Amino acid sequence: MPSTPEPKSPLILVSLTLNGHAAEFSVDPTERLLDTLRYRLGLPGSKEGCGEGECGACTVLMDGLPVNSCLVPTFQARGSVIRTIEGVPPSELGTLLACGATQCGACTPGVVMTANWVRSCPEARKSHTLRELMAGNLCRCTGYDGIIDGLQAWIDGLGTNPPNDAGGDR
Amino acid sequence: MLGQQPDALPMAGGTDLLVHWPAHAKAHGRTYIDLSKLTELKRLTHAADGLRLGALTTYWDVITDAQAARGYPLLIEAARQVGAVQIQSRGTWAGNIANGSPAADGVPALMALDACVELASANGTRCVALDKYYTGYRASVKRPDELIAGILIPRRGLDISLFFKVGPRRAQAITKVGLAITRETAGGKGSGAAQTPWRVVANSVAPTVRRCPEIEALLHSGAPVKSPDGFLAAAKKDIAPIDDIRSTSDYRMTVFCRLLYHALRGRAAGIN
Repeated sequence: MPSTPEPKSPLILVSLTLNGHAAEFSVDPTERLLDTLRYRLGLPGSKEGCGEGECGACTVLMDGLPVNSCLVPTFQARGSVIRTIEGVPPSELGTLLACGATQCGACTPGVVMTANWVRSCPEARKSHTLRELMAGNLCRCTGYDGIIDGLQAWIDGLGTNPPNDAGGDR
Repeated sequence: MLGQQPDALPMAGGTDLLVHWPAHAKAHGRTYIDLSKLTELKRLTHAADGLRLGALTTYWDVITDAQAARGYPLLIEAARQVGAVQIQSRGTWAGNIANGSPAADGVPALMALDACVELASANGTRCVALDKYYTGYRASVKRPDELIAGILIPRRGLDISLFFKVGPRRAQAITKVGLAITRETAGGKGSGAAQTPWRVVANSVAPTVRRCPEIEALLHSGAPVKSPDGFLAAAKKDIAPIDDIRSTSDYRMTVFCRLLYHALRGRAAGIN
């Protein structure tokens, strides 16, 4: 576990909404949202696969949009609405995972966060293919077909749109 | 603020700054000015004569703007090939310009659309044509006390509007060879002092993103080009690709010429 960086600047107070609940804490300005989630807030579901925004294993939703949490300085998340994998009830994932969308599981939290956003975003699905929308989540195991099949099934099985914190369909 | 601390670095989405951030921040001890809460800078505005992107307008903001998609499809083409959604939701066009990477993907599209960069300081605002903005590798005319406040894109009738990004895969890639090509409709109202209706802008093949004036002149002349090699002489004057960790000079030059030839074959006079 990496140590919290030595503060060189005054700490910044961050208040945000995390998985539907208010959270408040102070951070060094150099702290990344990924580290805040994993080490400060006890939410290790988001993974560090690359630290450079290429693999998507760290994907969370910030104000309704997928972001790489390894590239978000936590202080920029003040006042935002954050959803992590810990906020997704496992009972929602049956359809997605039944099609072979997961094997080792390393990419799965990030895949689920992006996939959840894709299924709540019919507008994006009109202009983009599912593969393009999922392109920011790399997987070494499944060959992607299981992920795309699972996502399509998840979308097709949709009765109503899932809850969306951004205040409306995005 | 920038006037008092010229070494301070303005920061928007941070998608390049944050790469391996913990190591960098400790090593450099830099001062950053966070722009992210200045939400008024995110707005993009349409006018009859053009589009203005705000300092904090992201790629996703443009992708999801129906009017931008209709009027400036080249921007959408470029934006969709930047990283993936997770980067597009945070990365800004102005940040792409300011970061000054020779591999920037947003810059060629903007440059091919004759964009101007709005530079603001305590002393006022000036607009610099993007194709005159860069002076060298990661160097520009922007003074340390200036901030990119917006990007102005004039509305022009275009009959050719093409974007190419060649990389190791189709998403989440740094460009090996990139091209943005536009041609203004004949008889269209030109903007600036352009004598050619063509804009051919390349990235990842020179120390800066740059227009290719020899290629543009060649296209404007209608001289026959019967194969990709027909562009080689002009390309050698316009671009200077290098060998680096991502690609080689030979590959870049070859692919650059092929992209031009196959994109314009049958669309531009002389290219057959």
